[in-house]
Amino acid sequence: MTVEEISILSAAIAVSFGALGPGLGEGRAVAAALDAIARQPESAGTISRTLFVGLAMIETMAIYCLVVALLVLFANPFVK
Amino acid sequence: MKSPLVVEPLFYIGPVPITQPVVATWVIMAVMVLFSILLSRHLKQRPGRTQAVMELITGALDHQIEDVVQSDPAPYRVLIGTIFLFVLIANWSGMLPGVEPPTAHLETDAALALLVFAATLYHGVRSNGLVGYLKTFAEPTWIMIPLNLVEQITRTFSLIIRLFGNVMSGVFVIGIMLSLAGLLVPIPLMALDLLTGAVQAYIFAILGCVFIGAAVSEGRDTASQERSPS
Repeated sequence: MTVEEISILSAAIAVSFGALGPGLGEGRAVAAALDAIARQPESAGTISRTLFVGLAMIETMAIYCLVVALLVLFANPFVK
Repeated sequence: MKSPLVVEPLFYIGPVPITQPVVATWVIMAVMVLFSILLSRHLKQRPGRTQAVMELITGALDHQIEDVVQSDPAPYRVLIGTIFLFVLIANWSGMLPGVEPPTAHLETDAALALLVFAATLYHGVRSNGLVGYLKTFAEPTWIMIPLNLVEQITRTFSLIIRLFGNVMSGVFVIGIMLSLAGLLVPIPLMALDLLTGAVQAYIFAILGCVFIGAAVSEGRDTASQERSPS
């Protein structure tokens, strides 16, 4: 395999596995937040704001993988 | 396919290349300044319709900032509010034909995140003094100093990458859908882009607020602990 083919394959692997973890994590976070809102509807505002910020933090991991994949595809240092 | 990491210059002013995101940023800045001058020129005690809407937006911003910082929102309103509105307009400007959102390029996001970083330092030093602010890096113990320093850099970096990745991936996906299917098919994705753009603008502003609030309140906590010997 050439470097280009390996790069494409590794980009796909990076995004797929990088989306797996944050997906599971975000699911758990949303489930916990919904549970908390169901128990205490009066604090829904605070919970949802914290949830949004937390989701953004978790999502960043997936975005990192996406950026790594893009670097591998478009700015690969080993491809001339 | 065009790389999302490279920007081609549109034209040159002298030796300085001017790219499309820069022009888009200038236009957005001009529009924002123009609107705020026009809307704030005839302020009345009894607000008309436009002034009421503006006051509603400002009040909502104030409320959010106050919730995060837990103190008077006035010193942070200008920066956080401007960043929120700018990122929001920039994210949504991709809906206009021929315009690519400036936030879909690393440089704009880096500038915004560096602004937040500078504001964090400024407000931290202003409210705690230079020594007091530097002391907060040694919290809870001095072993944490390198970690706290690294945290400052990584969170600024993740602020850049988060906004860039979200907006750029939206633009990218729409481009791919257009090249595959064409007319009317990318519209649901563009609607999703509107949602992502709003959420990311909100998150960028709130995270900036959280960082500034942490820099301000960390020193306040340690100062109150020193004053009251337990």
